This record gives sequence, C-alpha cells and structure tokens, in this order.
Amino acid sequence: MSILISNNTRVLCQGITGTQGSFHSQQAIAYGTQVVAGVTPGRGGTAHLELPVYDTIDQALESHAVDASVIYVPAPFAADAILEAVYAGIKIIVCITEGVPVLDMIKVNAVLRNSHSLLIGPNCPGVITPGECKIGIMPGEIHRPGNIGIVSRSGTLTYVAVNQTTQHGLGQTTCVGIGGDPIHGLDFLDCLQLFEDDEATQGIIMVGEIGGTAEEEAAEFIQEKVTKPVVAYIAGVTAPPGKRMGHAGAIISGGKGTAEQKFLALEKAGVTTVHSPADIGEHMSMLINA
Amino acid sequence: MDIHEYQAKELLSECGVGIAPGGLAYSPEQAVYRAKEIGGHKWVVKAQIHSGARGKAGGIKICSNDEEIWDAADELLGKRLVTHQTGPAGKVVYRLYIEQATDIVREIYLALVLDRDKQRVVFVTSTEGGMDIEEVAATKPESIHRLEVEPAVGLRDFQARELAFALGIHPELISQAVRTIKGAYRAFRDLDATMVEINPLVVTKDNRVLALDAKMGFDDNALFRRPNIAELRDKSQEDPRETSASDRGLSYVGLDGDIGCMINGAGLAMATMDMIKHKGGEPANFLDIGGGASPDRVTKAFKLVLDDEKVKAILVNIFAGINRCDWIAEGVVHAFGKLEVKVPVIVRLSGTNVDKGVQILKDSGYPIITADTLAEAAEKSVAERNRVTNAK
Repeated sequence: MSILISNNTRVLCQGITGTQGSFHSQQAIAYGTQVVAGVTPGRGGTAHLELPVYDTIDQALESHAVDASVIYVPAPFAADAILEAVYAGIKIIVCITEGVPVLDMIKVNAVLRNSHSLLIGPNCPGVITPGECKIGIMPGEIHRPGNIGIVSRSGTLTYVAVNQTTQHGLGQTTCVGIGGDPIHGLDFLDCLQLFEDDEATQGIIMVGEIGGTAEEEAAEFIQEKVTKPVVAYIAGVTAPPGKRMGHAGAIISGGKGTAEQKFLALEKAGVTTVHSPADIGEHMSMLINA
Repeated sequence: MDIHEYQAKELLSECGVGIAPGGLAYSPEQAVYRAKEIGGHKWVVKAQIHSGARGKAGGIKICSNDEEIWDAADELLGKRLVTHQTGPAGKVVYRLYIEQATDIVREIYLALVLDRDKQRVVFVTSTEGGMDIEEVAATKPESIHRLEVEPAVGLRDFQARELAFALGIHPELISQAVRTIKGAYRAFRDLDATMVEINPLVVTKDNRVLALDAKMGFDDNALFRRPNIAELRDKSQEDPRETSASDRGLSYVGLDGDIGCMINGAGLAMATMDMIKHKGGEPANFLDIGGGASPDRVTKAFKLVLDDEKVKAILVNIFAGINRCDWIAEGVVHAFGKLEVKVPVIVRLSGTNVDKGVQILKDSGYPIITADTLAEAAEKSVAERNRVTNAK
C-alpha cells in the first residue's frame, strides 16, 4: 500500500518536449512509471519519447485514461498549466516548476478548493511510491519499498531522509515533496492524515524549514490525530531574520517562523526531533524497532 | 524586491491613494529648488534608503526655509544610516525626497500582506498609526482590524467601507478612505506586490487622507511581467555579494562566518549551514545553485564563493535529483583549472550519476577532499578551516 500514487497510476506530462520534461519523463519511464502521453501546445500529433503528444489535455483525454499529471512548463505558464489540469478533472497534479508568482498561486488554490483535484507543489521534487511509480525529479535509485512515509518542504532534504531510511533497511511507502513556496497545494496536515490512514505506513518523517507556521500546525495535528511515530527535522537554525533563504517561503519575518519555535512546538507535541538531518534514519529505526 | 518610499508613493498615487506634493533631489541645490516648485511654508527632507525607522536614525528633517533645506540635504546625502532594519552596516543615502509638510489630525496604520495560512491577501490595519505594527500587536491588539480578500471576487466596496468605519474615519471622509483602501489593494494586485505598508496614513487638518510614508515589496518571481517595477531596483541598497549572485541567477545570502558553501537546494543549503555550526564552524554564506546546474554555472558559483575574502574553506554539498553529479564535478574541476584555489575544498556528492562525478574528481588530480555523508563533509570542512587558520 501507499498514498496518492501506485503502479496503477497513469501519468500525463505537461511540457514533455522541454529539456526538463524530456529528461525526467525518460527517467520516470525507466523507473517503471506508466507515462501514457504528453502535452505541449503546438506539438500535437507528433511523438516524443515514443509517446503521443497533444496540444491540450482535453485532446489527450479523448484517447487516454489519466490519473495524474506532472508539470514541467516554465514558471510564467505554470499556473495556467495547473488550471488546465484542474479543469480537465485530473485527480493528482504535480507541479515541479520553480518560481511561480505567488498571486498566481492564490488564484489557483481558490479554484482548487472547489475541485476534486489535489495539487502537489509547485517548486517541489514530486511524489514517489518506490518500486511502483515515480512522478518528479527525485533520483529513483535511492528509494526502496518499505514502511516509512516521508513528507518534506525541501527537495534535496527529502533525498537525505530517503537515503537514510533506505540504508537503515526501512524503505518508504510514499515520499511527498510539498514544495518550498509560501502558497502551495497539499500541506503537512493533508499528508500526515494520508499516512495515518495508510496501513502500510508504520512511521512518518517530516522535514520542515523556517518560515510560516505550517510546522506548528502540524505539531498540533500530530498530537491530536496521529498515532504513528513521527521524526521531524527543521532546516534553518542558522538563518538570519528577514533574509529569504532560497525558497520563497523560507523567511523569518516579524520574529515568526524560526526553527527554534518549530522544534519547540514539535517536541511539545511528543514528536521525536533531530537537530541533524544525518540522524533522521537512526531515530526512525529506533522508534520502529522499539 | 524592495523599492524606495518615493517610488512606492508614485505607484500608489497612480492607483488613487492621496499623497502630499513632493519631489526627488540628488543635491542640496536640487532640494531647495524642489521645495520652491512644490510650494508651501514647511517641508520634510527624507532620506531614501530601503529601510523603515529612518526618523529615529536621523534620516528625516523638518525645514522651514531654504537654508535649513540646504543644510539638511547636505548632511544627509552620502551619509550611512543605521536603523534596526538595515543591520550594523547601514545603508548609504544617495537620494532625497522633499515633501510638503502636513498638519496631522490623526495617524492610522494600513498594510496589505500575504497570509500563508489563509492563502489570501489580507489587510492589516490599526487605529494606532506611526508605530511599528509588531509593537502595536503586542501592546494594543484590540486596535488591529484585519480584512481578508476573497481571490475570486476581489475587494468589494462594502468591505473597504467596513474597514474605513472600523478605523473610525469621519463619515465625510469615508469616500476618500475607501478610494485609498481600494487603491492600495489595486496596487498590490496589479503590480504583483508582496507587501504594501502605509504607515502612517494620516487625516490632515484640511480634511485630506494622505499616505505620509509608504513601503512596497514585490514578488521576484513575477518581475518578468512587471518591467516597470523591475526598473525601480536600486543596487546601491543591496549587499554587493548578493547583487553579483542574483545577476548570475544564483540564490545567495551573505553571512558572517568563514566556511564557504555551495549547495543544491535551499533546504539542503540551510541544513548544511546548520551542520557546520553543529560541528563548531560558521558558514560564510547561503548559496543554492538550483536545479539543472550546468558545469559553467557551477564554475561561476564557485568563483562567487572564492571571491569572498573571509572564506577559509569551501564545502560543496550536492544531493543530485534534477542536477547531475558529473556536471557538478566538471564545474568544480573547471574552476580549479581556471581560478586560483588557495583554500581547501571539500566535496560531497550523492544522487544522480554520483559514480561518474566522483570519478571525474579523482581523475582531475586536484587536491579535492571528498566525503560520503553530510556529517563527514561538515566535520572535514571545520577541521580544514581550523588547520588553515592555525597554520597562519
């Protein structure tokens, strides 16, 4: 079992003919993901990576059943691509694109709220159910099927957490990168709930970073609703206030959103916190085998 | 991206927000001339730097004649102002804004920001203007009124009215206040702002509603479609290291330590900084080379870190997903060939094409120290930094 995606998930790629779309679709196909078609406006009727390419999602849906769409289109057009997928009724939408204007995302999320679609990202590595389906840019080979669910705001830190659970022989059910932007789709709470409900998931790793109060809310949620062991790490203890640390969402402003506050909230909620990402695997392993 | 007060006022004024007559000056002569142009009996000479709290730092002077204006301008131009927002280095004044002084009856706080939890644009306002909003929130929370804007329908007139009444605006001035509130929202929405702060918004003796001070911040990700805003950038107000990085498309934040960092991914960059500190070192910078970094880009990033004279050791930490370790390795090796690398370099590669990358580093023959894990890499960096420092 897993959350969000499995070996039955049929994937459409928006922006498949671009450099990133091409490279990562190839990797996904090699991993075993069922990529069924691509969309690039103006390239309809052609083939790319031996897959049919369509001008619009609606055209693609005439010939293919699609469960998820992955978006690699450039930032100025990403919000539009997400909305096209929402309007087409696609259930899981994964937007990898970095640098989407925040006011675009406010509009997108207003539409999302009244839809049946789930958005992962933007500015995220994507989602993977090891051994079954990889949607996004994560290196597939570090993952192993197993029993840990991982949810993270940072791409590269997700890989660190994955690598350690793999090395400790735990493996992962599903790993979700929710993205580093201030306004995004699926959040910690959604993923924690999904992992809590997933029978195969025995432990949850949560990787947060400075900025906003999502980790504090997650702490409260875990205390009330999550029965499975949770290990959390927060990046940015050394970050100075008022400076945006790469991610648009990673900024300490008005004294809020510091790593210390987040660690404190999580510890108060009974979550096992680690102050080095290198300790994530070991602590999860101890909790699971306790 | 931040802009100056006079620029924010110009933009807000175009959207219907009232401002006092004013003009820009680059010299004392110009300042005096501007005051004549504007007219009136009293003027305010305001230092234009990217920071609030300029008054407390001596950056705002009230003048009643030519001589006073000349002296104020002469004193402020070229001066380095230090406020609690600029950091100890302060910011240099190159421009002045000369504004007609107004007789103030009351001061209000009006701001628009992004609420991450509500996923909406919200107004934060207070009947207590002219103070830091953080201070107001702590001492007089009951004076704060918030208003969320529903993205699908935008700001409605009744909402603007409600807000104006909540702020205790006199019924005769409501339509002016509504125009101001709607104007501020329109500026935020149409220009891709991330922040609009009018503090204070004042009611004058002659019954005008004016923005006495204004601050705006913009979404860097949306500048591509706002060329008029991008043009307002003032590099003299930025950390030169950060300017040089952003001109090369790199995400860089200068810090005070001496271990240079070059990392992919914002989260991993922060985690690496934290780890360096954990092992007893201090990071010199945050640097995310981003996804899909070509060898050329890696070389440029490497040069940026190397150009910082404080740097005693460099830690390269890559966990490649969208990146490729072989490209990173090529970039590092190329940097060694092209630049004079005098400090120890520690490289940790992981992820896509890691074997190829490590092989390239090995085959290069350069004294590159490799590490397998983040902890090991941080430890080696701190050890190398200490070795280099102690040897001197």
